[in-house]
Amino acid sequence: MQFMSRQKKLLPNSHTELYGQCLQFYGQPPLENIALSEFETFAVERLKLLKTVENLGVSYVKLSEQYTKKLDQESKNLNFPYRADADDRKSQSGPSEIEKRRKDHISHFILRLAYCQTEDLRRWFIQQEVDLFRYRFSYLSSKQKLEFLHKNNLQYDAISVEEKKALQDKLVNSSYAVSGITVEDQDFYKVPFQDALDLVRTRKVYLKAGYVYIPHQDIVTIILNDFRTRLSKALALTARSLPAVHSDERLQPLLNHLSHAYVGQDYSIQKNVGKISLEQIDSLSGKSFPLCMRQLHQALRENHHLRHGGRMQYGLFLKGIGLSLEQALQFWRSEFIRGKVDADKFDKAYAYSIRHMFGKEGKRTDYTPYSCMKVILSNPPSQGDHHGCPFRHSDPELLKQKLQFYKVSPSGISQILELVKGMHYQLACQKYFELTHNIEDITFSLNHPNQYFVESQKVLGGGKDIKREMDTPQRSQENSGRGSAAAREAAAAANASQHLAEMTEELDSFFQDA
Amino acid sequence: MPSSDYDPASLPDLLPLYYRRLFPFSQYYRWLNYGGVQKNYFQNREFSFTLKDDIYVRYQSFTTQNELEKEMQKMNPYKIDIGAIYSHRPNQHNTVKSGTFQALEKELVFDIDMTDYDDVRSCCSAADICCKCWTLMTIAIRILDRALREDFGFQHLLWVYSGRRGVHCWVCDEAARKLSVAARSAVAEYLSLIKGGEETVKKVVLTDPIHPFIRESLAVVERYFPRYALQEQDILGRKESVDKVLSLVPEDILFTVKELQQDFQNEKKPESRWKLVRDQATKKQATAKKGQYFEKEIMLQYCYPRLDVNVSKGVNHLLKSPFSVHPKTGRISVPINLKELDVFDPFAVPTISLICEELDRPRAGEDEEKSEESKDKENEKDAAERRKIRDYKRTTLAKYVKYFDQFLDAMARSWKGELLRKSDLQKEF
Repeated sequence: MQFMSRQKKLLPNSHTELYGQCLQFYGQPPLENIALSEFETFAVERLKLLKTVENLGVSYVKLSEQYTKKLDQESKNLNFPYRADADDRKSQSGPSEIEKRRKDHISHFILRLAYCQTEDLRRWFIQQEVDLFRYRFSYLSSKQKLEFLHKNNLQYDAISVEEKKALQDKLVNSSYAVSGITVEDQDFYKVPFQDALDLVRTRKVYLKAGYVYIPHQDIVTIILNDFRTRLSKALALTARSLPAVHSDERLQPLLNHLSHAYVGQDYSIQKNVGKISLEQIDSLSGKSFPLCMRQLHQALRENHHLRHGGRMQYGLFLKGIGLSLEQALQFWRSEFIRGKVDADKFDKAYAYSIRHMFGKEGKRTDYTPYSCMKVILSNPPSQGDHHGCPFRHSDPELLKQKLQFYKVSPSGISQILELVKGMHYQLACQKYFELTHNIEDITFSLNHPNQYFVESQKVLGGGKDIKREMDTPQRSQENSGRGSAAAREAAAAANASQHLAEMTEELDSFFQDA
Repeated sequence: MPSSDYDPASLPDLLPLYYRRLFPFSQYYRWLNYGGVQKNYFQNREFSFTLKDDIYVRYQSFTTQNELEKEMQKMNPYKIDIGAIYSHRPNQHNTVKSGTFQALEKELVFDIDMTDYDDVRSCCSAADICCKCWTLMTIAIRILDRALREDFGFQHLLWVYSGRRGVHCWVCDEAARKLSVAARSAVAEYLSLIKGGEETVKKVVLTDPIHPFIRESLAVVERYFPRYALQEQDILGRKESVDKVLSLVPEDILFTVKELQQDFQNEKKPESRWKLVRDQATKKQATAKKGQYFEKEIMLQYCYPRLDVNVSKGVNHLLKSPFSVHPKTGRISVPINLKELDVFDPFAVPTISLICEELDRPRAGEDEEKSEESKDKENEKDAAERRKIRDYKRTTLAKYVKYFDQFLDAMARSWKGELLRKSDLQKEF
């Protein structure tokens, strides 16, 4: 494998060469020095971008007009490259195109470190990166697409018009999706058959002398598969170098934070404190709690106890919906006393941790209610636990029974189970929302249990007035979300410079390709 | 051509003779060494031997042609299989750290077995073959050979008679040898049209559009169908066969079946009956969206090659070696010259007893040969070698070895190119 020559300081020229193209396969890791603050900022911003990619992919058809417009906007806001024809124009304020591409390059590799660790994380990361790549690739002109292919050693040449004409019948008869018009309008590429095995296996393509002839509309699939395969292999390799990375005290907390970070509205700033009374909780749990919290509440009521994982997940959720510290203490205490715990023991053992959740003990203020991603990905429940995401962690049979018990319709249940089978846990929860609130299509994409609660209360608050207002509160929520995230970022950066000396250190030792 | 009667009991006597004087070792080594382009290619190849009393030994490997010869002459294997090229010498695989001993490359192979056609041939079954059903092999070779060359771009194909009831294909191109498991299985599936086992009645279903590969294959089938299926197999003769054929007409075109059955009352000639079937199909193709290609489907079900995907998929799969003896029939697994494919007669393939016998018989014109050869080769090889070369040439095996030589010559041209390219890169002169 060839590496660029190591240089302590990179000249501006080599940047121009390295980032000559808007789109890349991320084949070579960055080899320059990078400040620690930049390290975290870049990574957090890319994570935001990928979260947007995920949310948009759930709410809109990929590459539809709304999808691309919104993704354009987000890319612009976060200073990532987003238009293939944007030159390095100095006239624009803000970072130059080269700087954006550099950020894109570096942030991708940082996130590799954070997301290579488990199967779930890898799958998520690869999925979003593939979608992001697909979106950016769609902006390239035909010529740029060919350039990209050549630059990345993908031996796909477009065949000449004459050859297309000569092969027209064969091409049309090889694929259901190819018509005479397709042949006329689109470029056809010659691809070695080893790179298109799925098409060969099912005989969905014209094969001659070891090459398949693929219309432009299908070449993207091949390229995306290539991208996906490369990234998958790279992540496996990256995982091997993790021990070296984790031994670095500066990076380890950052990377852990990244892989579990929920970027966006985090419900850490409490609204409506005290608006909810304890007597309402039982009925609220049936009406406005997401299934995970409903399940936890029921378990708490039945057993008069919850283990640590459940206490954290449910307790922080309750904080998020507006319970005050005093209310929380009363709530947990009264329930636990009904069980095996006496008042004394509660005050000694459990009250402390509840106060901790509210930031009244210890130093850390990081106890924000768990996002869906956190619930789904970390700390899977074991025997005796009731936390986690029921769509992810419950056996489908048991999930079905539970839904039946909660009076979800049979057709609704099978829809939910289908989504669970496809591993679309948050979509399954959205479906649960729709079924329990009797709505056709919800307007938000679900990624936080507290979001579920807020949206549910809106719907139940009911009426046309509320509906029209729903857009504005959502937007202001997003803004405040961004605001709080920005505040968090600033705090994190401040922390970084407070606790750690701002040293420049070479990153290449952390990005060892085998 | 007279075939000496072969008796399996005589193998222990015949095999030593075969391996000492007839087996074409130098051509065999020339093949498996592949021009020496890749290091240790021959040395890391796995062979397996089946010895007397069904003793089976795997992971045999050899460093030189000489070593191969000596071992085979010592062990006198009843059967020889060729496996993959491994990461290390197969005969040392136990010394290698577990997990690191891996199959790396092998020819892409296909195995066509006549037993897989038992549901569509009436003349024989199981291990039996006859000249009537042998046409199925001819059809299979024509279709697959064309596809592997024209569609996949492979050039160096060796077709071999298995010795009893089928044929093998060895695709020896470098690209073929380097194919992954996924790629091999994709190639095999591309070439597969017959789906379904015992439980399935209708094994071929065609939908629009008909892929060029299927069209080409149909063209081959149609050439052989009238004589093979209508006459020799008489599929539209006896009522039983007719019913079987008509069971392949789709159910929703039931009307067609009834019509045909009625028409068949009046029409007894197979060719005419088939014409009636085709006419019905043509009518349907004008109107129906589904099931309208039933006459093509019938032809394919009766004639299209049936290959075992599992044989082709595995990089480490062992397959019977060319020039190996078939213990039950005594026939040598000889390469098939495609130029003479239509006249290839499996019953004319020499048996080991025949060629051993021929060794002792003086052949016409041998004196002529002797003098020519002395002129050419006297200074190059020693007497024993010379005798050996003359030995197989005295037998019916000669023409098959000659064909094998031609096959190797064609491949050698590509090796030469490779060696030149490599030495250029290393700047060797």
